[in-house]
Amino acid sequence: MNLHARAERNVILLIVLILLTVSIGGIVEIVPLYTIETTIEKVKGVRPYSPLEQVGRNIYIREGCYTCHSQMIRPFRDEVERYGHYSLAAESMYDHPFQWGSKRTGPDLARVGGKYSNEWHVAHMINPREVVPESVMPPYGFMADRVLEQDDIAEHLKALRAVGVPYSDEMIENALADFRAQADPEADTEGLLARYPKAVVGDFDGNPAELTEMDAIIAYLQILGQMVEFPDYDSDLLKQ
Amino acid sequence: MPTKVEKDSITGQETTGHEWDGIKELNSPLPKWWLYVLYATIVFSVIYYVLYPSIPGITGYTKGLIGGSAREALVEKLAKAKERQSATLTQIAALEPAGIAESPELLNFSLAGGRSAFADNCAPCHGLGGAGRPGGFPSLADDAWIWGGTLEDIETSIRYGIRNDNDDSRISDMPAFGADELLEPAQIADLAEYLLAFTDRAEDQDAVARGEEPYLENCAACHGEQGEGLPELGAPRLNDQIWLYGGEREDIIAQIDKPKQGVMPGWEARLDETTIKMLTVYVHTLGGGQ
Repeated sequence: MNLHARAERNVILLIVLILLTVSIGGIVEIVPLYTIETTIEKVKGVRPYSPLEQVGRNIYIREGCYTCHSQMIRPFRDEVERYGHYSLAAESMYDHPFQWGSKRTGPDLARVGGKYSNEWHVAHMINPREVVPESVMPPYGFMADRVLEQDDIAEHLKALRAVGVPYSDEMIENALADFRAQADPEADTEGLLARYPKAVVGDFDGNPAELTEMDAIIAYLQILGQMVEFPDYDSDLLKQ
Repeated sequence: MPTKVEKDSITGQETTGHEWDGIKELNSPLPKWWLYVLYATIVFSVIYYVLYPSIPGITGYTKGLIGGSAREALVEKLAKAKERQSATLTQIAALEPAGIAESPELLNFSLAGGRSAFADNCAPCHGLGGAGRPGGFPSLADDAWIWGGTLEDIETSIRYGIRNDNDDSRISDMPAFGADELLEPAQIADLAEYLLAFTDRAEDQDAVARGEEPYLENCAACHGEQGEGLPELGAPRLNDQIWLYGGEREDIIAQIDKPKQGVMPGWEARLDETTIKMLTVYVHTLGGGQ
């Protein structure tokens, strides 16, 4: 009996052979991603998200922003001229899960950080058509009314550390304090900025008394694409 | 397993030897066109492996005879696009915005380039055509300029922005006269009446008279004795009908009590030199350039 006929008649043998075949395909495609050094570019500046940014990111995922907004500027002239430098793998290396997206009903958000003021973001979330008449985005003004407690923020960071985001013990220890300080205009943010350079601090939603989801989502949007230090990069490092 | 190939008597086709309830399964060959397309794709893939980057290894990947990288292709494409415009772009880069506005050819080019940069970067706040928006997003199409409307002023505002992290950002900081208890609520109400009187909208002449003293003491240094404003300090004109945060009595009182202070990003790091200059010229032509 030839091998084909035997495999079709022996279920165990069939399973073993299928696993073998599929894993060869998997290994050939996946292992090189970990071993080839240029998979993730060696650029400076990319850091884990600050607690407030991370909470904003969770809201971004909860609201399904990724279904209409990509975070992936492809290396094409039209995209680069509109959105800025093409996205690097390194920029989403601490994203779990990444938000590259595959649908652009709205614009790409990979480098939206710093492009508009906080006031603009608030007005835009409350009524997108007031600032962008042709927009089809739903309003998200309710975020300004939802106060964030988030006493478990340190646990969030620990969970992320478990999947490889390099949060230090110091970051986890100060998670709750950092979370509150970032959106508090009166707070001392020296430690926060040392741990999370370039984090945008201050009141985001125009209501310094309360820490709301609006603060968190804007803190997240304002850091998008701002971490990599492009002036320092060596163009050879970006070749893949 | 049948030991010899059996032929179906009706179609003349070979059978697989499988039989269910007297029905035998034919072993029909694959359609020829389908088979040849499959072989062609296999040949194509081998050619592709040889020519282009394809097979991954442990530390690298096969580069292929032709090679090819989307990132490198982009660099070339951008360089080519720049090359095509380089004659104009170098002239724009070498000139101050005032010089650009003098040459019709450069002006046309800048207006086109400025318009597209404006639509993406500026229009979300200032509106298409610079129409502005209530709530702190000033119109760029009128002749009221908080920070000055000459080409140099506009260029500075675009380049460094207003009240942001940039070291050269424009900064003006109006005190919170009510929230910080610099003035009594009654004085603020008088002041608002005094401001309304600039445009003949006051209803209580006594309050106007009472408002003059606190105005001259607290406001005139920046906003001018007649409310004419001072662009060097970013103090808006108060004796016209253009109000950034609303011109009703309660809006004015709220603004004296605890001023809202708008922020504009600096575009120095995001846009290149020529784009900033083209934008300057474009914004200047929107309606109110000085």
